[in-house]
Amino acid sequence: MTDTDGAVVEPVRVSFTINGGLLTLELDPRVTLATALREHLGLTGTKIGCDQGQCGACTVLVNGRRINSCLTLAVMHEGDSIATVEGLGTPEVLHPMQAAFIEHDGFQCGYCTPGQILSSLAVIEEIRAGMPSHVTGSLEGPVPLSDEEIRERMSGNLCRCAAYPNIIAAIRDYAGAKP
Amino acid sequence: MIGEGISRTDGPVKVTGRAHYSLERQEPGQALYGHIVGAGIGYGRIARIDASAAERVTGVHLVWTYHNAPDQGSPEGPEGDMMDRARPEFVSDRIDYYGMPVAFVIADSFEIARHAAGLVEVEYEAEPGRYVLATPAKTAQWKSETRIGDVDAIMAEAVNSVDQLYSTPYHFGQPMEPNACLADWRDGHLTLFLTAQMLNQLISGLAATVKLDRNQITIDSAYVGGGFGSKIVLHAEAVLASLATMHLNQPVKVAFTRRQIFTLVGHRPASISRVRLAATPEGQLTAVGHDAAIQISPSEAWDEAVSSVGRALYATPNLLTRQLHQTLDMKAAEPVRGPGELAGLMVFESAVDELAEQLGVDPVELRIRNDTDYDPDKELPLSGRRLVDCLREGAEQFGWSERPRTATRRDGRWMIGYGVASSMRGHFQTSAEALVRIDPEGWVLVRSDMTDIGTGTYTIVAQVVAEVLGVPMSVVRVELANSNHPKGNGAGGSWGAANTTVSVDRACSTLLERIRAAAGTTYNDIFAEVRRHFPDGLEAIGRQLAGSEDPNYQTFSQYTYGASFAEVGVDIDTGEVRLRRMLGVFAAGRILNRKTARSQLIGGMIWGVGAALHEEAAVDPRFGSWVNGDFAEYLIPTHADIPAIDAIMLDDFDERANHLGVKGIGELGAGGTGGSVANAVYNATGVRIRDFPITLGKLLPHLPRDR
Repeated sequence: MTDTDGAVVEPVRVSFTINGGLLTLELDPRVTLATALREHLGLTGTKIGCDQGQCGACTVLVNGRRINSCLTLAVMHEGDSIATVEGLGTPEVLHPMQAAFIEHDGFQCGYCTPGQILSSLAVIEEIRAGMPSHVTGSLEGPVPLSDEEIRERMSGNLCRCAAYPNIIAAIRDYAGAKP
Repeated sequence: MIGEGISRTDGPVKVTGRAHYSLERQEPGQALYGHIVGAGIGYGRIARIDASAAERVTGVHLVWTYHNAPDQGSPEGPEGDMMDRARPEFVSDRIDYYGMPVAFVIADSFEIARHAAGLVEVEYEAEPGRYVLATPAKTAQWKSETRIGDVDAIMAEAVNSVDQLYSTPYHFGQPMEPNACLADWRDGHLTLFLTAQMLNQLISGLAATVKLDRNQITIDSAYVGGGFGSKIVLHAEAVLASLATMHLNQPVKVAFTRRQIFTLVGHRPASISRVRLAATPEGQLTAVGHDAAIQISPSEAWDEAVSSVGRALYATPNLLTRQLHQTLDMKAAEPVRGPGELAGLMVFESAVDELAEQLGVDPVELRIRNDTDYDPDKELPLSGRRLVDCLREGAEQFGWSERPRTATRRDGRWMIGYGVASSMRGHFQTSAEALVRIDPEGWVLVRSDMTDIGTGTYTIVAQVVAEVLGVPMSVVRVELANSNHPKGNGAGGSWGAANTTVSVDRACSTLLERIRAAAGTTYNDIFAEVRRHFPDGLEAIGRQLAGSEDPNYQTFSQYTYGASFAEVGVDIDTGEVRLRRMLGVFAAGRILNRKTARSQLIGGMIWGVGAALHEEAAVDPRFGSWVNGDFAEYLIPTHADIPAIDAIMLDDFDERANHLGVKGIGELGAGGTGGSVANAVYNATGVRIRDFPITLGKLLPHLPRDR
């Protein structure tokens, strides 16, 4: 690893927890969290759709909060707890949100799907915690778990197959919300 | 089994992140990383290119420019076949379009490759390029024409007529998975893990470019993260990854950045249409004219069929459709979902709405009055024509009778309107083969080179096998998207599902006949009979004929049909348009899986919403570059833009299409849907915007001032 003049870019050591397991990596400091997951750890469930924070396909949870993992460097996550889609469920034992996505056909090509699923789990927590959004009527009091709130908060996760109505149906079903 | 809304069989691996798309495939082992440097001018030449600084970076394996790139096949002329043509890179110092590859860096890591790419020094001599699509002149040299009767004469004396110009913008497929290729050259064979829609077709062009025989190349596209036309044509990622792995004898992976998908993958060309309609006072069409100018490139002419898609939509004694090609110095256009229809029907159905308004005839009723069963272009009867059923069912379900008079309904700040439009999409019969093998151990294997780009192919193929053979879906193993498998026509043009399942069905039927013949009257359990009479198992290849070989396809003009209904609100202060609800009703032959089909139709309808309200790639007229070439500024519909949408599929079976009664649905939802949204905007506001997309800046100056 080098800079312009051929000088070596020293790898940087970083330790974090992924899906409950502690890992230590030596990484080029330019490696994003998304690339670290995909290219260094083989966790390719985290997708890269734009690599510039505009599509949400790379969404992961860091210490419980959703972020675009393409917009953050891996070495910035010393000590963090990272959750990816691989930690949710398996094809044999699905997480209920994953099962709801299948039941409601909340995807077609499936490429944005891990990001949609992780984002939707975080959205439900954000609403339950009373965090307001652009469409929240009042900053005081509880936030309704409405389709409008879910749609607004999910809008950072693009789906070009446009499975949007089915994704909302899946989230609503999982959360026990009414349309 | 066929038709049931069975959940996708590839669902569990997709929702758990276990489905491996192109670059994620692990088979080749550690790969090198390639990154493409694109031209910073739209037209001209490279005056100087110096890769030495990039080459000096430790970890860089090579940098190619036109000075040192490997020998490649020569491109054909502009009329050559889209799939067969060689598409070499770094041919000369010439720059034909903005972003055209000028250098390619291969390195040990993505970070090193990208860093080194930034060190390639390029000086250009820019030359004036042609970047602006012009309105066709009266003296235009039309590229193609369909003429029946005399539209000009009818228009000249018509009392009720519409004669308007409409424009549609450059428009992109932009699937969520970027175009990407992992290439592995091993023992004289090239394997590509490529995100692609039509594998064996694409191999033709690749073989011609990298100078290999077809049989030296395998493409594996087991999972494809969306296509929408953008993964049909051979692109630079596959060419350069192939050349690099052959040169370095190591696997190489290359992905376009999202911004590169705007420059290195073709777009739907912009269009300017003149639509002319004339009718009797009762609303019977007497003339239909549609002239359209579209952009092409000097190297290639993708003929986006804007003007001709409405030819058989309504009955008319006088018809004139003409297409004009304008050569601009831009990337060649390519197929994008709803080729022809998405733009062509959107403007045509807007014009029909204008006529209805002028005549004072209900827009649904006007369309019904002009129903037809005849294709005047092919001079053939239409099969499965059920447009009127779609319109009537949709009007009923949507509550069309509650449609407000123009610009009369308000809901607070929102002006409310309803709109309707028809959809129509050709059904294309193509040759296809599929292999089905029954194993005595109790399972069935299906092989086809057909891809599943989110279309549900894995699932519908298993459904057909399960139904025909009378076995549970769980014992059917579907292996798709490997170019070594029997050849179909891939995913594109809405022809995948019908032609693939017909070939699969025929293979199953052949096997069943053989098993029944061997078993005689004692036939009971299929696997027991196979064990008894075919201890090694048995297999057959089923074939679907190309349409040109099938008399039935020559006797009927085959289409699918639909009608979409939209309700919008327009903010009276800002001109913001919000879709409030939408319904589509479709007659598309027999539906193979009601769940996945509904999803695909809804997805297509949302493409119509995007076309009407959001999507526009703006070209900078000075430089030929895209002004808004990323997801922050090229706006596609998001969750917040899309309310409740439903799609109803009429019970249908088109025996003229094939013995399964199946046609395609991939494009149909996107067809006229944009028109229904545009017409709803007019109904809400009384303002007709003919320059798509309908954005608030275009609406606002015309909105009423007394609020």
